[in-house]
Amino acid sequence: MLLAAALTLCAASQGLAQKLNGAGATFPYPIYSKWFSEYSAQHSGVQVNYQSIGSGGGIRQVTAGTVDFGASDGPMTDEQLAQSKVKIVHIPTVLGAVVPIYNLPGVADLKFSPDVLADIYLGKISNWNDARIAKDNPGVKLPDSRINVVHRSDGSGTTYIFTDYLSKVSNDWKNGVGRSTAVPWPVGIGAKGNEAVAGMVRQLPGTIGYVELIYALQNKIQYGYIKNVAGNWVKGSIEGVTEAAASVKSMPADFRVSITNAPGKNAYPISSFTWLLIPNPAVNAANGKVLKDFLNWMLDHGESEASALYYAPLPPSVGDKVRATVAQLK
Amino acid sequence: MVNLKMQPVRVPGPFEAPSPAGEKPRTPPLGAEPSAIRKFLLSRGSSAMVDSAFRWLMLVCALAIFAIVALIFWELTTRSQLTIHKFGIKFFFGSAWDPVNGNFGALPFVFGTLVSSLIALIIAVPLAVGVAIFITEMCPRMLRGPLSFLTELLAAIPSVVYGLWAVFILVPLLREHINPMLIRLLGWTGLFTEPNFGIGMLAAGVILAIMILPVISSLTREVMSAVPHTQREAALALGATRWEMIRMSVLRNARIGIVGSIILGLGRALGETMAVTMVIGNRPEIVRNLLAPAYSMASVIANEFSEASDDMYLSALIEIGLALFLVTIVVNIFARLLVWAVTRGAPARVA
Repeated sequence: MLLAAALTLCAASQGLAQKLNGAGATFPYPIYSKWFSEYSAQHSGVQVNYQSIGSGGGIRQVTAGTVDFGASDGPMTDEQLAQSKVKIVHIPTVLGAVVPIYNLPGVADLKFSPDVLADIYLGKISNWNDARIAKDNPGVKLPDSRINVVHRSDGSGTTYIFTDYLSKVSNDWKNGVGRSTAVPWPVGIGAKGNEAVAGMVRQLPGTIGYVELIYALQNKIQYGYIKNVAGNWVKGSIEGVTEAAASVKSMPADFRVSITNAPGKNAYPISSFTWLLIPNPAVNAANGKVLKDFLNWMLDHGESEASALYYAPLPPSVGDKVRATVAQLK
Repeated sequence: MVNLKMQPVRVPGPFEAPSPAGEKPRTPPLGAEPSAIRKFLLSRGSSAMVDSAFRWLMLVCALAIFAIVALIFWELTTRSQLTIHKFGIKFFFGSAWDPVNGNFGALPFVFGTLVSSLIALIIAVPLAVGVAIFITEMCPRMLRGPLSFLTELLAAIPSVVYGLWAVFILVPLLREHINPMLIRLLGWTGLFTEPNFGIGMLAAGVILAIMILPVISSLTREVMSAVPHTQREAALALGATRWEMIRMSVLRNARIGIVGSIILGLGRALGETMAVTMVIGNRPEIVRNLLAPAYSMASVIANEFSEASDDMYLSALIEIGLALFLVTIVVNIFARLLVWAVTRGAPARVA
């Protein structure tokens, strides 16, 4: 499918094209490339070239003014915005989530309280038959074996979302480790990419890891429940993620908001937006106009295609706010 | 364009080389076609200009190497100014790696790169030299072709394929069979202790060994087959056994080339990224246990570069690149000194 999208992009370049360049996050790349190829097909002469070089690279390129738009899985910091050559507007596009996957033969639907998950990743809980895990899972026979912790070794938005959540639910995590695309992990081994984390968990009994929800759904990997702020046990799902976004009480005007640990009744707590970073005013006025049109198209048509690729679409309340922001783009 | 058409150079041709009477002329008789090379040399005019232009061109090519090395060094140092200023020399001896608080040190990565390469050499060198000896000295003719073809084929496999193979075959093999044995037999050394994940420093060393084996063995084989046959025959004629002959005349004469091939293999091991990342466990820690996860310089750059957004973090990663560059240079200088020490004025010895 990606190949087809790439071919479409190549084909579009043959004509006299209005060419937009973008760069950034890898996580939303599948849906972005689908959107861009469809948009190009419907608007002859428009070609969007998106390079998924990672959020860090996306932020660097857009703040240096070398691309028409950037993309990032984490919002830019105040410091980054202050240093930027151009004024940046954050536009949330879709949502993703991170789920804890584990390998315990014969144990299905394991439940994790937030503090237990944090303490497993802090190394404070190191055995599967720990009393605190047992307390969350009454009636489940837990093996007396070491917990092998696996985390991402590459810098990634997934790690950012996961550590952002752990920072909110555990003070020890917040003060000792912190949130970032790569952190000094207290325990565990690092694996490169979602595939490698899932591979390690599949291979080695007694292992726990975390992957993007899309990855777990597409590959049918078993993942655990998490207790949300409302006190309900929820399993990662597209609906739970959208509800988390809708339940954020005060959405800031610039959309730079973390929606982990959201208050909604069935909100899935380890969720996040992914953003397009739009320079305002545009670097190239003609391209800016096309970009604005694309963003409206995305809100009208693109969002409904998100769940087919296992991304959660923006909840309507957020969509309306985004539409208002897009209208103000120059 | 300079006028290249100058006076034809006098090349003694068939027309002016009178053969001494009574001898059969070595050149073809008059009227016969001269050889292709001679025809070309006779027809092309002077080549003095071309020769000197060629010489300068080659000089530029050679100097380009210096320029490239200098450019790499310059680029790495200018791009890592932030961390060079903040941490100074301590960067290379610090063992923290905390992107959240902007605290960086390269030591665990240097350690991981050096130790995994050392493990690779310890495993690969005896094996590679053994393969080379077998192929050049004692292999049945019908096995020689396939064997050397297969060794060279190993060198052509992309490293990510090695990595995949390691993840799915080597790591489970180590975890289930080899590591428990090592823990039982050699646990007392402290080098092999629990926890046993399968992945870790040892797995990285083993996969590197497999990757550098063909480099070392095919070069060693070339060097060994370049040893003149008379050397072997002389040793055998003096009453040496086959092993003594190999040791005294083949290995001894080929040792410089063998060390050279080991250096090349080491170079590949130091810089290898993909396969190592997939099995080393990616944990920046210095521990004695070889079964524990570790990290290498090339791996951390590949892993974290694309998502490193703040300047200090980026600068730290580039300085890791600088560290890798320096380590490679130091290791190469050290290896050259070793070659020099081994070979300087060596008389024929039996040892």
